[in-house]
Amino acid sequence: MTTLTLRRASRRRAVRRNLTAYGFLCGALICFAFFSWYPMVWEIVLSFQHTNFVDPPVWVGLDNFLTVFQDSAFGPAWKNTVMFTLLALIIGYGVPFVIALVLNELRHCRAYLRFVVYLPVMLPPAVGVLLFQWFYEPETGLFNTVLDALHLPTLSWLNSTDTALVSLVIVSTWMNLGSGTLIYLAALQTIPSELYEAAELDGAGILKRVWHVTIPQTKLILLVMLLLQIIATMQVFIEPFLLTGGGPENSTVTVVYLMYQYAFNFGNINGGNALGVMLMIVLLVFSTVYLRVSREDRT
Amino acid sequence: MKPRHLAALLSAGLALGLAGCGSSDAPPASSKAAQPGSAASGAPVSITINCKPPKTNTAQRATFEEDVAAFQKLHPNITISKAVDAFPCYEPRTFEAKLAGGQLETVFYVNFPNVGRLIEAGQAADITPYLDEIDTFEDYNQSIEIFKKDGKVYGLPTDGYGMGLVYNKDVFAKAGLDPANPPKTWAEVQAAAKQIAALGPGYVGFGEYSGGNTGGWHFTASLYARGGDILTPDGKKAAFNSPEGKAVLQNLKDMRWRDNSMGSRLYNEWPALMKAMAGGKMGMMLGAPDVLIALRNDFQAKFDNYAVTAVPEAKALLNGGSGYMINPKATPEQIRAGLKWIEYEFLTPGKGQLDYVRAKGADLTVGQPYPDLYRPDTDSGKKVAELRAANANIDAGQFALWVEGSKGIPPKAEPGPYAQEIYAILDTPMSAVLTRQDANIDQLLADAEAKVNALLEKKG
Repeated sequence: MTTLTLRRASRRRAVRRNLTAYGFLCGALICFAFFSWYPMVWEIVLSFQHTNFVDPPVWVGLDNFLTVFQDSAFGPAWKNTVMFTLLALIIGYGVPFVIALVLNELRHCRAYLRFVVYLPVMLPPAVGVLLFQWFYEPETGLFNTVLDALHLPTLSWLNSTDTALVSLVIVSTWMNLGSGTLIYLAALQTIPSELYEAAELDGAGILKRVWHVTIPQTKLILLVMLLLQIIATMQVFIEPFLLTGGGPENSTVTVVYLMYQYAFNFGNINGGNALGVMLMIVLLVFSTVYLRVSREDRT
Repeated sequence: MKPRHLAALLSAGLALGLAGCGSSDAPPASSKAAQPGSAASGAPVSITINCKPPKTNTAQRATFEEDVAAFQKLHPNITISKAVDAFPCYEPRTFEAKLAGGQLETVFYVNFPNVGRLIEAGQAADITPYLDEIDTFEDYNQSIEIFKKDGKVYGLPTDGYGMGLVYNKDVFAKAGLDPANPPKTWAEVQAAAKQIAALGPGYVGFGEYSGGNTGGWHFTASLYARGGDILTPDGKKAAFNSPEGKAVLQNLKDMRWRDNSMGSRLYNEWPALMKAMAGGKMGMMLGAPDVLIALRNDFQAKFDNYAVTAVPEAKALLNGGSGYMINPKATPEQIRAGLKWIEYEFLTPGKGQLDYVRAKGADLTVGQPYPDLYRPDTDSGKKVAELRAANANIDAGQFALWVEGSKGIPPKAEPGPYAQEIYAILDTPMSAVLTRQDANIDQLLADAEAKVNALLEKKG
């Protein structure tokens, strides 16, 4: 038997051994091909075309990009998206970590509290958002009723250009709090208890233990979560769509909301695709960093 | 498995999946250029339709199904192979995907705000060569104009009405106002709204939209009523930065901040204001007569409490309504069959949805002054009016002031194919006057004007 024949036989054995794995992989690949890659490629193609889906499409170069760039809502949409992302980081990034720290320290009711924290994630997003619509009602809503009962000044929440975007960030933070908390909690539980014991022996208090043990030990997961949150929050849509319609005065128009307007309300699907490609390029930068960081995490 | 084998498998899967996306009912794309004369009369033809009433609307669904069966019996060569009941009937989120995938119905529903856009985009068939086959076509009132462009016709209206002022009679009575004598001027609207808001917490004198393109839509309705216009006659420039435009915004600003009669909630989508009106604590809103039926059927409001009157001091009325268009990929035979269906179901007095004897028996509302499709002096107009009056099962008095007050006021169509983009821009001044006491109306209108002009220049 030649070396070549032996190599072929060994390869055949390897294929046979991994057949089930290839089968499962095929399913995932076909799903991704249909529902992610194929639409993405089409999005890029359509962003350079004018089409009505009846006549043959016409290649128009950067015309769709220029159209959306010259739109009066283009600037506010990017500004609001970046502001939303920053506010979501300030409000929404630290809160789950702090809650995870507290839950990790608790000795009683941990399972119950974990369930309570995770509960909003189980609600359909539209339900959660509409719940907040009632909370934010200026006259009869929960928040203003509580503020009023405490003799504090009430707020206009969604009805003011000053508070509308922050109000959307609060909704988003509440809805996504559970997932972040559980991931942080899992990371916290992998930290060897000896490290805390050693820190305690050295006289470190709670804050010093968090600063010198917890944060360095969870640094990579914190970084990964930061990037994932930026990628997710830059695609904010459902909150302005259901709660504010982009108003008041365009103060909550976001890039994805504008994309929706182009594709479905303005009848300019190519313009919507051009906006999508722009956002994809921006997110690609963060995704590349995320991939590098997660690779580093594995090694 | 080698990567190239995997790629081949994927390609095969993709090809198979794409092949599966086709539909035997879908009109062939190649047929677009076919001429009407090539269609053999009486040859078998299959069409698909949409806007079948949903299962929740049992009475109307039953009449629709009855009509589909009767229509096919009347035209044995025509088969309605599919009647889609997805709601809403016109769904912009799926329209183009269905068109691209060959899944768009042969006969599809469209509401007036989207008609111009579909014609402009070439997404509806030209039905001009077939119009002589529609008996009632010559009787149409001005609503048919919405479906025309450059002398060609691209669809048929099946429902139409002008804007009015919807009010809650019960709230009026509670506020000491006479429900039989609603406001006839904007000054009277302001005074009535103030009186209603004084009833206590939760009461809103006048409700108005401000976001999700609905603000711009109602700004347009108010502007038309005051005699203003959104665009110049050639459609090239914005025309709303005018005394009429300022009056619309000033009126809202005064009611919101000076009189505190509009509440503090913003309404950013059509159902939001409807829900508030159905809630029984809102006095007035701009709305066509169909709002009363929607309040009754879709928002569970107490129907008897509501009435509609003419828009105060109106000089023109924004024309609302809907109709049907034909798939641009349909064959001449399918276009002809589709038009026959529209005529049978929606346009023939005493048949289909204009069969008021049957509607009354099925406990559907009869007596509302729409669809307003035909000129009153035509045979079709007279027949519809007679049948409607003879079978009315709701109080026509709820619409009487609107009918009387709107007589002779010319209807006016939406501002061209880019109406939705313009409405989105006009949401800003509407939301500004309703959320900021210091809103500068002149500045807001000037900014919006510049934005609309830039948009129109870009569109050419």
